[in-house]
Amino acid sequence: MILDNIQRLGHRTLSKCAAFGRSGQILFQSIVARPAPMMMLPLLIKQIYFIGVLSLVIIVVSGAFIGMVLGLQGYTILVDYGSEQAVGQMVALSLLRELAPVVTALLFAGRAGSALTAEIGLMKATEQLASLEMIGVDPYRRIIAPRLYAGFICMPLLSMIFAVVGIWGAAVVAVDWLGIYSGAYWANMQQAVDFREDVINGLIKAVVFGFIVTWIAVYQGYDCVPTSEGISQATTRTVVYASLAVLGFDFVLTALMFGDL
Amino acid sequence: MRIRTVEISVGIFMLLGFVALILLALNVSGLTLKPKAGGYTLYASFENIGGLTQRAKVSMSGVQIGEVRSIRLDPQMLMAEVEMSIFADVDFISADSSAMILTSGLLGQQYIGIVPGGDMDVLGDGDFIFNTQSALVLEDLVGKFLMNQVSE
Amino acid sequence: MGQDKPVVDGKALPLDDIIVEIRNMTFTRGSRKIFDDISLKIPRGKVTAIMGPSGTGKTTLLKLIGGQLRPDTGEILLDGQNIPKLNRKDLFIVRERMGMLFQSGALFTDMNVFDNIAFPIRVHTELPEVMIRDIVLMKLQAVGLRGAVSLMPSELSGGMARRVALARAISLDPDIVMYDEPFTGQDPIAMGVLVNLIKRLNQALGHTSIIVSHDIQETLSIADYIYVLSDGKIIAEGTPEMLKQQDSEQVRQFVDGLPDGPVPFHYPAPDLLDELMAGGVFK
Ligand SMILES: Nc1ncnc2c1ncn2[C@@H]1O[C@H](COP(=O)(O)OP(=O)(O)O)[C@@H](O)[C@H]1O
Ligand SMILES: [Mg+2]
Repeated sequence: MILDNIQRLGHRTLSKCAAFGRSGQILFQSIVARPAPMMMLPLLIKQIYFIGVLSLVIIVVSGAFIGMVLGLQGYTILVDYGSEQAVGQMVALSLLRELAPVVTALLFAGRAGSALTAEIGLMKATEQLASLEMIGVDPYRRIIAPRLYAGFICMPLLSMIFAVVGIWGAAVVAVDWLGIYSGAYWANMQQAVDFREDVINGLIKAVVFGFIVTWIAVYQGYDCVPTSEGISQATTRTVVYASLAVLGFDFVLTALMFGDL
Repeated sequence: MRIRTVEISVGIFMLLGFVALILLALNVSGLTLKPKAGGYTLYASFENIGGLTQRAKVSMSGVQIGEVRSIRLDPQMLMAEVEMSIFADVDFISADSSAMILTSGLLGQQYIGIVPGGDMDVLGDGDFIFNTQSALVLEDLVGKFLMNQVSE
Repeated sequence: MGQDKPVVDGKALPLDDIIVEIRNMTFTRGSRKIFDDISLKIPRGKVTAIMGPSGTGKTTLLKLIGGQLRPDTGEILLDGQNIPKLNRKDLFIVRERMGMLFQSGALFTDMNVFDNIAFPIRVHTELPEVMIRDIVLMKLQAVGLRGAVSLMPSELSGGMARRVALARAISLDPDIVMYDEPFTGQDPIAMGVLVNLIKRLNQALGHTSIIVSHDIQETLSIADYIYVLSDGKIIAEGTPEMLKQQDSEQVRQFVDGLPDGPVPFHYPAPDLLDELMAGGVFK
């Protein structure tokens, strides 16, 4: 009885290790076996379109609303201490350091990650991947690599756009509606925000999250059970695993970057 | 034709991303590509600078006239020596001006306020402001207040 | 190793020039043995058919030959190269010599019919677009779908998709063309066209064709040599004439196109095996 449970634990561990190994192999094969640039560019552009451009609307809309909420909440809290001019710095720091990379990554996982998984899973189920292999084209190069690169490229861009829209949204609320002097809003912000410390660190986070989310999405698609049920499960797993991984890594990165460890 | 629209929108997307980066650099973090040309440097020593940081603003009558360039501890005097960069067009700070460390709001950022004096001479590049007033440190205030209470 | 099978002795057998040879191959999925120590030879330039009820592993066999799956033991030799032992790069080179028509067609859903067929040509050759266009149109003409050149795969019926996939499989004029169930889902006219097409392609271009099917009459009419698979073993092999003369009940049922395969093969395994042993193969 106990032995059975221990065996089950061992089996789980082994299969998780094997899955991790397979995902590493996908990453290695598609990044190391880099496609010829001539062939790569059109594929990459197409993927940036699907992954980045089509995510733009959701990123801009969420960024604007989150910025506006931050502006409003920040104002109502800070006004009690007479420091309402500091709302600019509060909004900018929380967006740049945390909210822009994290929320963008979560939205990215839901919008682009799930689409990637479903698309690759469906290609597997309809034997398109096998068919590519038989034609003598490496699916890692042709299908996986452009999607991975597109993910790495799009996430930081989306995250920056998110931050800018958010800061602008907060400015609309704080300056135009609540009447904070706009000079104070921007000057306070500029004084508190350090380019290297805040903007670049936030960007690094976005790059790491983009990497994690795309990797998980691509792996789940490539490794799914090629049936409709398998694809739907893989899609769910992409969103769940990617979101958890983003939140976990965010803590680690924050501790490393801002935590004086 | 379809490929063309895809490529154009990707181009716009990349452009948006870079514009965002530039906005973050210039407008949000106040990074200037060139430091304001022709600024000059003033020094001031304080017994206690509290929470003053680099790039804190230097202002006169609430108007920014420069920023804190660097802060170091003077090993002889054991005081904090603050290097300030003042905009070139602000060339009328009288020699007997005083510098004090102020706080914007109750919890806000600390900055240096310069109160002009009445001297006809003005400060130039590399000069010292001797008349300084340190930051208000809340603990000190509370301590003094308590001492007064006790001694009464 | 296969050679000592009695049927091979016949004079009319085309088993002298071998392009693909499988030796003592075993392949398992989970705990199930899909192939149990089978050996077979595929003659160059001929049409070889692999027949058997669904679920016996016909598709699996094609994937093994294509190097997409690796056997547990045994060799799969393509002109002397052992496919399971090739590294990824060499495998891709070998695959340029193969064309495969997948059971589901497997057209690339993000490309139209033209680009699907042009894809292998563009990948492997430097031909100018004008020539590619001509080749694609000729291949489409051969499968009778030249009018569908600008349709997307989602706009094709299952049978049409299979024919487009066939055009894609032969677009590079490969040495070996593997057809996975080319006849299923085709209307009678298309079926006849396909049978003729496979035969003509085989004769005109000297392809080696491997056809997986359970459509007995069509297969018998074009195959030069036939293997019948059941339960992980080859239960019969030979030219169509030889198979027609086999008196094993299993093979008879299959060859005469009585109830199409599956039913008799779904008897519990031990009985079936006994019957097989008593029946045709090792007579
Ligand atoms: N990916 C897979 N994983 C596990 N078993 C499989 C897989 N693909 C096929 N099989 C099993 O292998 C056997 C042979 O399948 P297949 O070669 O597709 O049969 P056929 O083409 O002769 O109808 C079937 O019993 C099937 O259940
Ligand atoms: Mg099959």
